[in-house]
Amino acid sequence: MMTAEHSLRADAVRLAYDGREVVRGLTARIPPGSITMIVGPNACGKSTLLRGMARLLNPVGGAVYLDEKVIADYPNRELAKVLGILPQTPVAPEGITVADLVGRGRYPHQGWFRRWTAEDDAAVAEALAATDTLEVAARPVEELSGGQRQRVWIAMALAQRTDLLLLDEPTTYLDVTHQVEVLDLLTDLNRTQGTTVVVVLHDLNLACRYADHLIAMRAGEIVVEGDPRRVVTADVIERVFGMSCRIVPDPVSATPMIVPIGRHHC
Amino acid sequence: MIDTSAPEVVARGRARARRRSNLVALVLAAVLVAGAAVALSLGRGFVPLDDVLSTLAGQGSRSTNYVILELKLPRVLAAVLVGLAFGVSGAIFQTLLGNPLASPDVIGISTGASAAAVLCIVAFGLSGTVVSVVALAGALATAAVMYLLTWRGGVTGSRLVLVGIGVAAILLGVVSYLMTRAQVATAQDALVWLTGSLNGRGWDDVWPLAVLLALLLPAVAALSRVLNVLRMGDDSAKGLGVSVEPSRLGLLVCAVALAGAATAAAGPVAFVALLAAPIGRRLARDGTPALLVSGLVGAAVVLLADFAAQNLPGLPQYPVGVLTGSVGAPYLLWLLARANRAGKGG
Repeated sequence: MMTAEHSLRADAVRLAYDGREVVRGLTARIPPGSITMIVGPNACGKSTLLRGMARLLNPVGGAVYLDEKVIADYPNRELAKVLGILPQTPVAPEGITVADLVGRGRYPHQGWFRRWTAEDDAAVAEALAATDTLEVAARPVEELSGGQRQRVWIAMALAQRTDLLLLDEPTTYLDVTHQVEVLDLLTDLNRTQGTTVVVVLHDLNLACRYADHLIAMRAGEIVVEGDPRRVVTADVIERVFGMSCRIVPDPVSATPMIVPIGRHHC
Repeated sequence: MIDTSAPEVVARGRARARRRSNLVALVLAAVLVAGAAVALSLGRGFVPLDDVLSTLAGQGSRSTNYVILELKLPRVLAAVLVGLAFGVSGAIFQTLLGNPLASPDVIGISTGASAAAVLCIVAFGLSGTVVSVVALAGALATAAVMYLLTWRGGVTGSRLVLVGIGVAAILLGVVSYLMTRAQVATAQDALVWLTGSLNGRGWDDVWPLAVLLALLLPAVAALSRVLNVLRMGDDSAKGLGVSVEPSRLGLLVCAVALAGAATAAAGPVAFVALLAAPIGRRLARDGTPALLVSGLVGAAVVLLADFAAQNLPGLPQYPVGVLTGSVGAPYLLWLLARANRAGKGG
């Protein structure tokens, strides 16, 4: 796969559900070829921003640009070849096998007349191998554990072979081992293929550890963005989450580690 | 230990799944051929099997020509086509709306066709092809109304099912009202139509249905790959480059037209659309909507039920809907009971 540099940015984008504005005139640039993590408290609009950037939600104002062209102007399939999205709650059809589900990622590469080819088999196999799910390829998805299932969904996104990959809380419902595993996998992908990865993540410390670029949001607006080692301070966390904390260097990665302070440990 | 590369593992898995559904389809096709042979040969107007074959080959006597080509063959073909249309339609509805109850006979499509047909029969004293055309139009109009009532910047499965059940209730009221106002003789005609019957179906009924299926089934085949992706949720489907709303509308139109065409030809044959798809999916077990297999199951069910209905002791001829209904309702209850135990609730 080529390391094509695709640029993705939001320009004064406003996103709303049923007329209720969740993201209010937000401007952000996703650095190509790096890992961006979006963090913030519940209902701050981080998932909404991701959905807007993936064109799952059309903005009510402003625009999202892919390679300096408004994302709404791309034909569906063309967009799906460049930008992949793993939504928060994808549905596995009943009875579908792992290989079959991962194969669905090839959809944008197949036309009305061009059907399944050896290249599709190769892409699926590579995605299965990368996510360590090759040995369960023939099993039904519903028989897998939560961690395996999440890896299978990521495998589907990988089989799509896009240069931009957006993931909405890919570690939810996973235990800490599997969380680290998924983030390692995304880092591998970024390092080996040069894929631009954008992740909405709940866990602040893991976000600081894995992100090259951090976007911290509150109430539909960006509070800070940049290299987590430079932008994460106790003051910033206080402003974003309304929580006092102490920042210490992560003993493993030397990235900022947030230690929350509750009422009982002042 | 055999060393195989990963792409080969993937390719072999795909081949295995394909082999299974092909095999199921072949077996069902064989059942259909055998069922058709039985229906053409046995029952009222018995014709030995070799005479059936020679008649089909164009070498029948005058009497076998009449019995086979004019009476039995169109009825067999009508049964197969009606079952096929109901089966495929039910499979599309259930897959698209993600709900095993979402079949055209439950959510009001067939009721719409019925209301239009009964209006024709009772209020205007019409019969024959006109009733069929009006029934088809009734199905399409009902679906359009439901779609508009459900629309909220998109159509979700559960809303469409609820709106459909509401619309079906209103239309049933209309049907009941018309029946109470009707003369006894016309009411009986209407009632037979409402039960779903293949009695007296001839080539005039088969040809329009065959032409409609010849148009609709290729469209369904072309859209089936999209249907496969739509099952993973709107967001995933959009992310994979599917135009979700136009695809869903196209599939709904095909499914409604299939159900409408089948209802126009034979009346709302009970439960076929609801039952064929779950049976088909269980047989195919490949994680696809199993459209072809569901259609073949529907065809086999209607063909066999109609043969049984013609030859049951008692009444001269039961309408086929009586049999599919009396077999279908217990199956539906079983399905609901099982779904609740599994915690899915439908």
